[in-house]
Formats: sequence, C-alpha cells, structure tokens
Amino acid sequence: MLFLIIKRILLGFITLFIVSLITFVGTEILPGDACTTYLERQAFGEQLEACYRRLGLNVPAYERYVSWAVNAIQGDFGYSLSGEMPIKEVLGPRIKNSLVLASAAIFIGIPIALILGIVTALWRDKLPDVAISTVTIFAMTIPEFISATLLILIIAIWLEWLPGIVIVPTDVSFLELLPNIILPVIAIAMIMTAHMARMVRSSVIQVMASEYVQMAILKGVPYWKMVFKHVLPNALLPAINVVALTIAWLLGGVVVTEVVFNYPGLGRLVIESISNRDLPTVQALAIILASIYVSINLLADLMTLMLNPRLKTLQIRK
Amino acid sequence: MTVNSIYKEEKKSAFQKVSEVIITMASRPSGFIGLSILVFHIILAFISPYIAPYDFKAINPTLMLQAPSAEYWFGTDDLGRDVFTRTILGGRTALTITFFGSLIALLWGGLLGIFCGLVGGKIDDIVMRIVDAFLSIPWILAMLLIVSLLGTSTEVLIPALGFFYGKGIVRVARAATHDVIAKDFIVSARARGHSNFSIIWNEIIPNVRDAILVEGAMRWSWMLLGFSSLSFLGFGVSPPTPDWGLMISNARGLMSFAYWAVIAPIVGLSSLIIGINLTADAFAKALGIDRSTKAPV
Amino acid sequence: MSDIIQKVKNLSIGFKSKKGEEILILKNISTKIKKGETVGIVGESGSGKSTLALAMMGYVKHGLYTIGGECEFNSSNLLNMKSKDLEKIRGRKIAMIPQNAGQALTPNLKIGYQIDEALQLHSDLSEKEREKKISELLNKVRLPSPETIALRYPHELSGGQQQRVAVAMALAGTPDLLLLDEPTTGLDVTTQAHVLELLNFIAKDTGTSMVYVSHDLGAIAQVSDRIIVMYSGEIVLEGPSRDILKRPIHPYTHGLLKSIPKLSLAGLPESMPGSQPQPGIIQSGCSFFDRCNFSEDKCKNNSPQLEFLKELNTSVRCFNYEKLLKESQVNQNVNKIKNNSKDKEILNLSEVSISYAKQKLLDQIFNRISDDNPTVKDININIKKGETIALVGESGSGKSTILKSIAGLLRTKDGFIRFDENRNLSSDLKERNPNDLRIIQLIFQNPDESLNPNHTVEEIIAQPLKLYFGLKGEELNKNIIDLLQKVRLGEFYMSRYPRQLSGGEKQRVAVARAFAAKPDIILCDEVTSALDVSVQAAVLNLLQQLKEDFGTTYIFVSHDLAVVRAISDRVAVLYQGRLCEVGPSNDVYKFPSHPYTEVLLGAVLEPDPDIKPKLVAEDIVEEKPPEKGCSFQGRCSRILGDICKKDIPPWQLTDSGNAIRCHIPIKELQKEQF
Repeated sequence: MLFLIIKRILLGFITLFIVSLITFVGTEILPGDACTTYLERQAFGEQLEACYRRLGLNVPAYERYVSWAVNAIQGDFGYSLSGEMPIKEVLGPRIKNSLVLASAAIFIGIPIALILGIVTALWRDKLPDVAISTVTIFAMTIPEFISATLLILIIAIWLEWLPGIVIVPTDVSFLELLPNIILPVIAIAMIMTAHMARMVRSSVIQVMASEYVQMAILKGVPYWKMVFKHVLPNALLPAINVVALTIAWLLGGVVVTEVVFNYPGLGRLVIESISNRDLPTVQALAIILASIYVSINLLADLMTLMLNPRLKTLQIRK
Repeated sequence: MTVNSIYKEEKKSAFQKVSEVIITMASRPSGFIGLSILVFHIILAFISPYIAPYDFKAINPTLMLQAPSAEYWFGTDDLGRDVFTRTILGGRTALTITFFGSLIALLWGGLLGIFCGLVGGKIDDIVMRIVDAFLSIPWILAMLLIVSLLGTSTEVLIPALGFFYGKGIVRVARAATHDVIAKDFIVSARARGHSNFSIIWNEIIPNVRDAILVEGAMRWSWMLLGFSSLSFLGFGVSPPTPDWGLMISNARGLMSFAYWAVIAPIVGLSSLIIGINLTADAFAKALGIDRSTKAPV
Repeated sequence: MSDIIQKVKNLSIGFKSKKGEEILILKNISTKIKKGETVGIVGESGSGKSTLALAMMGYVKHGLYTIGGECEFNSSNLLNMKSKDLEKIRGRKIAMIPQNAGQALTPNLKIGYQIDEALQLHSDLSEKEREKKISELLNKVRLPSPETIALRYPHELSGGQQQRVAVAMALAGTPDLLLLDEPTTGLDVTTQAHVLELLNFIAKDTGTSMVYVSHDLGAIAQVSDRIIVMYSGEIVLEGPSRDILKRPIHPYTHGLLKSIPKLSLAGLPESMPGSQPQPGIIQSGCSFFDRCNFSEDKCKNNSPQLEFLKELNTSVRCFNYEKLLKESQVNQNVNKIKNNSKDKEILNLSEVSISYAKQKLLDQIFNRISDDNPTVKDININIKKGETIALVGESGSGKSTILKSIAGLLRTKDGFIRFDENRNLSSDLKERNPNDLRIIQLIFQNPDESLNPNHTVEEIIAQPLKLYFGLKGEELNKNIIDLLQKVRLGEFYMSRYPRQLSGGEKQRVAVARAFAAKPDIILCDEVTSALDVSVQAAVLNLLQQLKEDFGTTYIFVSHDLAVVRAISDRVAVLYQGRLCEVGPSNDVYKFPSHPYTEVLLGAVLEPDPDIKPKLVAEDIVEEKPPEKGCSFQGRCSRILGDICKKDIPPWQLTDSGNAIRCHIPIKELQKEQF
C-alpha cells in the first residue's frame, strides 16, 4: 500500500521532470531565443550581449536547464521579460485569483454533476434522462467563449443583473471579487459539469447492469438502500479518475473564460506573456499548470487507492 | 449429416458496410439531427463562395452596425461588412483545418497506440510516460506558444493541432490493442508463426479500427472547439478572412448595440460542433462502442 | 392444494427485435413446484431455463418483458406485484443462489455485512443475535473460521468459498423456495461435488423446495426429485427424475443422454446432429424436428402439445413418444476408438519445468530463469505417433501451461522437448523455424475468442494455407472447400463471419484451420468445454474421424474426465504442476491408484441417480505447490507422514504399464480400492 503510494508520487515527479524538459527544449528549438524575439530582432551587438548576460543565455543549454530547474524547485522562476520583475511576484496573486475561480467551479460542478448523473442513470431513457441528457450535450459541446459571451449578453447586458466585465485590480480581496466571479464560474462549471454528469451516468448504468446488483434486488434489498449501498460506491470509485482527468483537461477553458471576462488570473497571464513573447514566464506557467494537472490526478489516484478494497488487483493508471 | 447454419447473411462489400452504418446512425433521432447538420455544413462550405450575396471584405463605413433587414439578412458589423456573407463563409477554414488535423491525429495516435499496446513492457512504459507529460501541459498553452512563434498558417496549424489531439487517441488505441492482444486468435496467429506485420495488419487493426475511428470523430469536435478558441483569442485565422471565432471576438465589444453580429457566428459554430458531436455519438452507438466513460483527454 | 408452492401458468416472456418483431424466450410455460421437492430444470444455453427461474422470483431482466401468463406464489402473481411487496418475498420466501458468486457478491461490502443485510431485512433479530446467526450460517455452509471470513471482502475468497457464502446468504432469510441458477458451473470437479453435497444436505435439513437450473445432467441427477427438460423456450419433458434419466421418452432427452460420455464406458458416444435453433427463427412444427431421429412428416408442420401421461406421471411434447416407451433403457452405443499409436515416438518431454516467475535483472542478463518452485516441474512424457494423450487435472494443475510450452508460447525453464527424437523444441517461437511451427497446431477452448470476428471463414482457413504452403487463387479455394467438407461444413460457409455461426460450427472452423497446416501434432485445449452438451459429442466424433484419416497425434487437455475417458488412449494426471500418474486410459479409470486420481474420479457427477460421487479429500484450494515432498500432501487422505512431506515420491510401475508417483507401495494402493 505504502509502496504503491510512493510509487505513484514518484511517477508524478517524473512526469513533471519530462514536462520541464519538453518546455525547455521546446522554447530552445523554436527559431530565435528569448532575447532576439523579445527585442523584436532589432537588437545586435552590445544590447543583445547585455540581454544574454542578464538572462544567462551565454552559457550552454544544459547548464541553463540545470540552474533553471534548481531555482524552479525553490519557487524562483527568474525574471519576467516584460514586467522586469520576478516572475514569482507576478504569479502569486494570479494563481490565487485563478484558484478561486477554478475551485468555485469545481465545488459547484461536482455535486451537481453527481446528482444529474445519478438521476439520469436511475431514470434511464425516461423523461428526466432525456431532458437532462439533451441539455448536457449542449452544455458539453459549446465552447466556453461562446457560453461566456452569451452569459454576458443575456445576464449582464440585457437583464443587467451582474457585471459583465471584471474591472478590478489584480490583488483585490475575496469579498470584492465575489460578484465578479459568478458569471465566469457558471461559464466554466457548465462544460465541466456536463462532462462529469455523462461519465457518472454511464458508470452508474454499468453497475446497475452488474450481477451483484441483480443479486441485491433478488435478495429483497429496498431500491434506495440498494442504490446507496450496492450501486453508488462501486460506480463512483472508477469515476474519480475520469473526473480528475476532465477537470485537468478543462484548465484550458479557464484561460479562455478569463480572457472573455477580463479576469486577472493565470489564464490572462498566459495570453499576455505569449503576446509579449515573454518566454521565462511561459516556461514558469507551463510548469505550474502541469503541476496542477499532475497533482489533481495524483489526488484522484490516492483517493481510489484508499477507498478500493481490491488493492491487490488495482492497476495504477499509466 | 448436414449442418444447417442459422443465419443466411452473406459477406458484404465495404460500400455496403459503410452505408449500413450510416443508415443505423440516421435511424436514431439524435443521429439523424447530427448527420443532417454536419452534411448541411459540409455542403455550405463547398457552395458558400458561389452563393454569398456580398464581398466578405468590402468595408463600407456608411453601413456600420445595421440591424438585420431584407437587404442585409443578418445585419452588418462594425466595418459595415455583411454578417450573413461572413457567417456562411466563416466555417470553411475551421472545417478544413480541423478535418485534416483529425486525420493526422488519427494516424499518428492510432499507430503509436497500437505499437505500444503490442510491444508492452519497458518501451510502452516510457512512451506512455512521455505522452502523459505532453498531456499535462494544457493544450491551449502549447498551441499558443507554437502559433505565436511559428505563425498561423495552415501548414503550422494542421500538424500542431493534429499532434496535440492525437495524444488521447494513443491511449484509446493502446487500450483497445491490449484488449485484443490477449484474445486467443492472436495467440493462435503467433503460435502459427505469422510475422508481426501480418499480425498487426490482419488481426489487430480490423479489431481496433472501430474504437480508433470513433475516438477520431470525437477528437474532431474537440479540435474544432480548440481551434475556434484559438481564433477567438486572436491566434487562429488572420483577418480579414471570415472565421466564426474571430467574428465573435471582434463583435463582442459592441454586442450591447449590435447583438446580431455576435449571434450569427455563435449559431454557426455551435451548430457545427453539436452536429459533429451527435454524429460521433451515433457513430459510436452504430458500431457498438460505448465511449461515454472516457475522459476527454 | 396447499402443497403447491409455486405455480407457473402459461408464461411467455420475450423481447422486441430491432425490426420490431416479438421474439419469444419462453413459450407458454406451465408447471408447478411442490413443497419440499427439488426440481431440476435442464437445458442448453438459450433454452430459457434461467429466464424461467428468475420469473419465479418475479424478476424479468432488462430488455425482456412478460407477454402473458403468471407466476403464482402463495396465490398471488409475482409478475404484476408492486416492488414494495416483492421486496418482502424476495430473500424471505424465495431466495436465489446465483451462478457466479464471484460476480454476484457486491465487491465493496464485506461478507459479514452482506449476510447481515439479508438478516436485517428478513428477521427481527437483535444485533447480537444476528452476529451469532452469521457465524452459524457460515458454519452451516462449512466455511472454515467463520469469524474471519465475515470480515473479508468477496475477492479475497476462492470460487468455492464465494459459492458457499452465496448459499449462506440465501439461507439467511429461511426461504420456502430456493432457486439455484447453475450454482456449481465454473467450479472445479472436486469443489463442485462438495457444493452439491452441501446443497443436498441443506435440502434435507431445512425441507425447503429447490429449483435447480443447470445445463449439466450430471449435477441435476444428483439433486433432483423431478426434472423439467427445456428446449428452445419450451418444456419438452417433465417427470420424476429417475424415469427421465433412465427411460427418457422425448427424443431430445433420449439423444442427449446417449451423447454424454460416461466414466464407465470407454469410447465415443453417438452424436446428435445440428444445434438448437436461435430464438426468433420462425418455425412451423416441432422445434426439435431438424435433429430428431424419430420424426415423421407431421412433425414438420404441426407442433406437438405437452401431453400428460398419467401412468408415468410424466408430461411429454412429442407425437412419437410411444416409440421410445418401448425402449426399456437408454442403450448407449459407443464407437470403441482404435488405438492407432505406433511404436514410433513423436514427442518427448523430459524433465520439463516451466516458470511464470518474473525474471530478475541479473537473470535477464544471463538469459536464465531462476525459480526454485516453478509452476510446472519434472514432467516426463513420451508421446507416440498417432495416439491421443490427455492431460487432466483441476485448475492450477499446469495442464494448459504444458500445452503452451509445447506450442512455443512459453519457454521452458529446464528440460527438453524433442520432436521426432532429434528436433529440439525447447525454445520459444522466435527460435523455431516455420516447419517446426507448422507441425504443431492448437485448437482453443472458446471458438468465440480463437476466431477473429472480423474475418470470414474463408479468410480464417486461408491463413495457414497461405503461410505454410503459399497457396493462391484456385488452388487455395479448392483446399478451403476441401477442408470445410472434412469438418462437414458446406462450401457456402466460406463467406460467413464467426458471429453468424453456432458454437459447434465455430469449433469446426477452428478444427479445419488447425488441420489446414497438415500438422503432426494437434494440441486441444478444453476444446469441448464451451460447447453445449448436445454438440459436444459431434465435435469429439469429428476429431476422432480426422485423426484416423490423417494419423495425427492429439494432446488433449480437459477438466472433464468423462470426455477424456471417451477420446483418449492414455491419460496423465497432474496436480499443482507435477505428474501424479500416467498410464493407459483403461487402467487409470479402472483402477485409480494414485490418491489424487481417486479423488478426481470420485467427484465426477454422472447423469445417473444411482451413481453417487465419492468425496474423499477436502476441497481446499492450494495457491502454490509445496516446496518439498509430494505435491498432493496437503489434501491427501492417505498421507503416510513425514516421508510425504520431505521426499519427492518415486515412480512405481504396475503390471499394466501404469506409472504412479506415490510413497504408498503399489500393492497397497490397489488393494484398498477393491
């Protein structure tokens, strides 16, 4: 058991190591380097040299990777090119804001997804299922920027219930942020909830068709007791991993939503730093977003490990 | 003694098989709707240049932000361009790029997945770990980086999208191959001494093909979603080429006065994505594959 | 009448096909179950027997629906009862013991909880009393140390133990009627016999009525007072158990009993042609018409009704049952198989060991396998050209492992496999040349898995022909048709896919594919286990015919000792990957000398109420062979003491050429069995 946990954590670190290599090599092999791209190819001679020295680009690539990685582990990602300030300081409040947004969406989305998934599975092919499933198909397929735009148009512009664009400084307090995040949270939660609800539905349906559920019925177990004791624990266990993957995949949606709402989070920073060709910041963002992805999956794996009585037969997802 | 078979069904040609699958797909209401929308969009993409009433890039300052009328069915945008013209033309680039992107994703993802599933062991472990690492970089970050450094030409977008959306297909193809490879007919072929190539071509591919195709169809709708997000962020198609993502992004700022300029491309894009999605769903059901338990990665 | 507990009246259950046709699974079934009796329902897969059993609990599977009729229990119809009321009957009045307890126990709940749940629902016991009751129940089904078992999860138990838990769970509600759906299928021979004995004991002890559903007439014969025979969704014969097994008056049952191999009879039984029609095949006339030996013209267009014969207390669905009435007993004719073996040795296994152990790094570098206690060890067998040698044993005996190794799918750890006295086949596939691969072909247990579902029969049979002989075009075609005829399938099968064939037909295609390579040796891995009983004999006869035509050598692996008896010239008995006994079939079956052979043969269930299984040893499950001494020491009832635990027993030869590996002197071994 302990061995499995350690192994899983180690695998997570290996993944992160590969990610850092990929991003480093990726930014390395692309034409131009940080200095030439940042200075828009106008720099030469003195100016370029100075920039190289400042960024430490005058040493071989592997040495740069090692020193960058050593610093990154300690939380130091170097200097941003555009803001000329430590990336750490740029990132701090942005991470906080994005976390608020994402976790609100997750905490609202998961319970709704569970309820919808279970309801549609238990009333399979009946009216509640058909109705909810149709809605989830729409919610699942429409891109975040469309649902966000529509939300702004209808709720903020036509009905004037909530602010449509977030106009707050980066480091606002949580309470000031609250009315501003309602619409973005809805936009993100919608697509995520729809995905998760569909997975929960099919997982529950699968378990409902199993022999042990048939046996429970034949044993005379009342319907709801059967659902809660025999069906749900077995249906939701495998769903944990899938849900984690969905959440991680939808991180990309956060980026788009933040842009639509002009929300000061990591997502907008991604766009800004890429538009400014601020490669050190991009590298830092890649590592941070990848760590979030890896830790969500790690968490899901550990949860399944803890909850599953069949430790012996458990396959660690590769 | 004669042994009578219970079925009288005979072997079918490839064409018969394909048409049978399409008929099964269309026999469900959702599949029928999906297929119709998809076919409509494909036809539109082919004929729209010939039926467009106006020039999509003709700027006319006197006609800025006109509401829908008999003359301009969907109104005009902030530069006085006809929204109807731009909307019916707006799906062509997205459709082409994502279609070929999905083909590339299907090809490399499928082949690598089959290879990994077949080889197993250490090589499989290492390849999957690298794939996993690529998966953990949010696609949007990677795409933005590539596009910002290499530009937004079709030659960049198609392989880049194809690469990032192929990762998920690797997993599906690998899992399907794993399932098949334990079956006795593979063991039988191995014991007979068939070459690896022959086993892959004759025994494995026919049995994993359906799962991979369904996954590819699904990728298509996700890729379309991703591509239009890029366009929306200004990293996709460059203006003045009409594109739904770009049109929504441009008209968004003025939507309190001119909602039509936003609504028209929204309807265009949403309907296409839903159409592809429903079609992929119906496709999966027609082939008897349940893909609803899989994560969108 | 108060002694009737369950009454099924004109019950029809079916489903809607894709085209909207109503397809019947059960056709107008009527029967009664009396208090205290055990009724066996026997039929092949697809005969509707399980659907009938579930309907007796008021349960109809998802996708099926009741078309008409009733299942009456305590004079109320279960099929239109509200689920609230059903909950009070299920588990309390009628309980079910499922086929596959491993799948039917909820994986996340402990054994103790699952039994407790039944007690909570169906009794008024306090928590303390329930706890005691759980122990009692687990004791009753003879599970060791009930207290610890109760705390385990289902997956931590063996198949036999899971089945016992399912029995305990069913008994928790003290039901009046127990439904058993293939409760011993999938268990090992000895475990099966023990579970059946337990069920018999419970029936007597508690006086509950039982409905025992199975495809296995052997199991049915041991438990039931009355037998219902089902065919294609209909009851074709119903009556007292002994009469039905001894003097069946329906052609299907008659033919079936004739086609089942018996332990006491060497040689291949007569086979029944064809297979049971699939549901939905619209047929006028008798559903057994195609396969019947007694059919007349009227059978073709008129379907017979179930007729009750008062003097025999039997119902039969046949126009011509009188013909069968005249036959006093089932005369089983067997074709004695000719022993075709020549003196020439074709395959020699000497000191073969096979290991599944993972290789350590150092071993990988030196390309060796280090495992002190390998799965299979010390196998010495000489196989003669043209003989059929059978490897028998329970699951885990290593019989399939040996086959894999001969086929080259697994590498041997030690020892040699030699073909024709000089060609070394100890290597795995990669090191064998095409001809080495050609001379050995495999036929697998389940044709659903061994035939590629995406290939037509033509493509399947063409594969070896193309690979080994490079045949093309007209010649290839001719060869395929030829092979199909050899396995008695018509030319028109060429364009079919495996899913369009019945189980027996699929296995014939697999046989044709094996023979296409013109092999010297064919490895048969449980080739009849996945087939319906009525088809089994036909495939065995086909194999025997082909062997006589081609002079092929068979290595036949099976857990079914009666089948082995029918087809093999020689038998090798394996336990935990070690040989126990090797000898001519006649001798092994006549004088079971090794204690394990005795146990195995004693546990076989015969379709004859007069032959009861003998239970000699406990059915403990051993996970690994013992490190030292005799492999059977853990279960042997005649264990001598330390010598069995320390030393590997020596080979002893009997007069008839039977080799036995045991410490007990041979005279004594044979003496005690007479």
